Amino acid sequence: MNTAEAMSSRYANDYRGVWVFAEQRGGRLLEVGLEILSEARKLADRLQTEVSALLLGEDVSTQAGELIAHGADRVFLADHPSLKHFNPDSYSTIVVDLVNEYRPAILLLGATSVGRDLAPTVAARLDTGLCADCIAFDLDEQNRLLQIAPVFGGKELAHMLCPVRRPQMATVRPSVFVKREKEVRQGEVVLVDLSEGLVQSRIIVRGVFLEEPPDRPLGQCETVVGGGAGIGNEEGWRLIRELAKVLGAGIGGTRPPMDEGYLREDQMIGQSGVTIRPRLYLCVGISGDIQHTVGFEHAGTVVAINRDPKAPIFKVADYGIVGDYREVIPLLLDELQSAR
Amino acid sequence: MRPLDIVVCLKSVPDPRAVGAVTLDPRTLMVKKEGVPRVISPLDKNALETALQIREKRGGSVRVVSMGSAGAAENLREALAIGADEVLFLSDPLCAGADTLATARALAAGVRYLGRFDLVLCGARSFYGSSGQVGPQVAELLGIPHVTQANGLEFIAEETLSISSGLEVGYAIVEGHLPLLVSVVKEINVPRGISLLGIVAARSKPLRVVTCADLGLSPDKVGLAGSATRMIGVFAPPNKRQGRILGGPAQEAVRTLVAELRSAGALPMLSAHGEGG
Repeated sequence: MNTAEAMSSRYANDYRGVWVFAEQRGGRLLEVGLEILSEARKLADRLQTEVSALLLGEDVSTQAGELIAHGADRVFLADHPSLKHFNPDSYSTIVVDLVNEYRPAILLLGATSVGRDLAPTVAARLDTGLCADCIAFDLDEQNRLLQIAPVFGGKELAHMLCPVRRPQMATVRPSVFVKREKEVRQGEVVLVDLSEGLVQSRIIVRGVFLEEPPDRPLGQCETVVGGGAGIGNEEGWRLIRELAKVLGAGIGGTRPPMDEGYLREDQMIGQSGVTIRPRLYLCVGISGDIQHTVGFEHAGTVVAINRDPKAPIFKVADYGIVGDYREVIPLLLDELQSAR
Repeated sequence: MRPLDIVVCLKSVPDPRAVGAVTLDPRTLMVKKEGVPRVISPLDKNALETALQIREKRGGSVRVVSMGSAGAAENLREALAIGADEVLFLSDPLCAGADTLATARALAAGVRYLGRFDLVLCGARSFYGSSGQVGPQVAELLGIPHVTQANGLEFIAEETLSISSGLEVGYAIVEGHLPLLVSVVKEINVPRGISLLGIVAARSKPLRVVTCADLGLSPDKVGLAGSATRMIGVFAPPNKRQGRILGGPAQEAVRTLVAELRSAGALPMLSAHGEGG
């Protein structure tokens, strides 16, 4: 370690605590915040420090208890009508001011549309590093945050460090971690002082129009059936849908069927799509591009059905059936239904 | 309505269709780009299209700022052929290995170097699966507000934009005054192609290649040296799965599969109602 690094690591030692941005929409906490809170709890216990959650919104004070029950020791609550919806300007100002005052060592955010906007803004203003889409964390021998994230379409996992600057910032996608069960816990709620200047913003949010997701989010499905380029036509997708219906499964897949209009963007599984962690993932006509396979790393059991015995998908599945899905799925439907 | 000076931050990226060909140099942990075909990052084309449409209505200029290796020049000439007036290309070995913050610093310096600007546009992400961090960071370093994920925008007053900003499900309608940075998604428009006239016109448009020194960027603020994050290693993702092929006739394979899944407790309670889709 050279002198400059030694000096800055002393600087880094002034920063303590693990912070989580707990995003709410429409006054309801997003699952991803609770998931990250559970990982933050583990890190904080190893670091022998506290977990704080940041809660910004309007009339969200009741959610503070929820955050404590899920692992937070302290909740910074910024409750104001102007904070009802995410506003890049005022939200970032509040978070930056809190970081400057309390100096957390780690700040984690969900990689949602909001987190992907807020995190880089805050990082740039604090002149610190930000690692996107982490799938795991660890601590090195100096208790620095090791941030593990897929790179190059998921072909490799990178170990990243933010060696000098603080806080160490990272975003995490939904469904990467599992939230803790609620416990009866004690925690502190700190009301954030919101002087008028703080909530003044150069951006005006006129309204937020949340649409109900047409299905249960794929990341929360216990069973998922996925289809790839090998399905090819409407008839094939009808079979996929029938199998999903019998299994009570969500439907997802790869990029080609999305490009062809068989899937929505939120049904695309993988590096550029969603992460799933079902107990059973059944993938059909999917060759097994690494871009896709990183999206189901945390799945319980993986079954692959593909015509091509050399398809890489078979290497990352627990069970494989080599065959034409148009033959295999009807047999599977029969077997599942006869055994019901 | 006064004319507007628009800057588009544009990145040349490995062709997404050839993304499998991109690899890491195991020694330097930097991306090996040689021999991989390059394109203008798809969403940056939407940003350029947005800029050209505004110029058509309001007049003014559309200038491009880009940072990259010499191989990107071809894509930048393409931007001129599509309709940009001028390109400022920061091509300097000092910029190699930049994380998003160091990249944003370089781009912000480029925007400042061009002088007056009203609006900065960029793609919401550089290419499939990337983080989309650079846009907000450029705005932050320029000291201007930003709106991300724009899938539609219009001027509701001479200096005020109303923007539809996409959320996972739904959208927000936000307003911002110039100067402003907006990052766009593909739904905002359909980028125009290159015309023969455009190619001819591009020949007489300026493509200025500059270095960090030209932009007043000190070497410790850019590239690997200026990055707050460090990649300390890469490894292959672990594979915990067995890859057991169930052979024999399909009927038999399916029977074995269902029995195995049942005994592993992986089969859900079967019902007639799905989770949808």
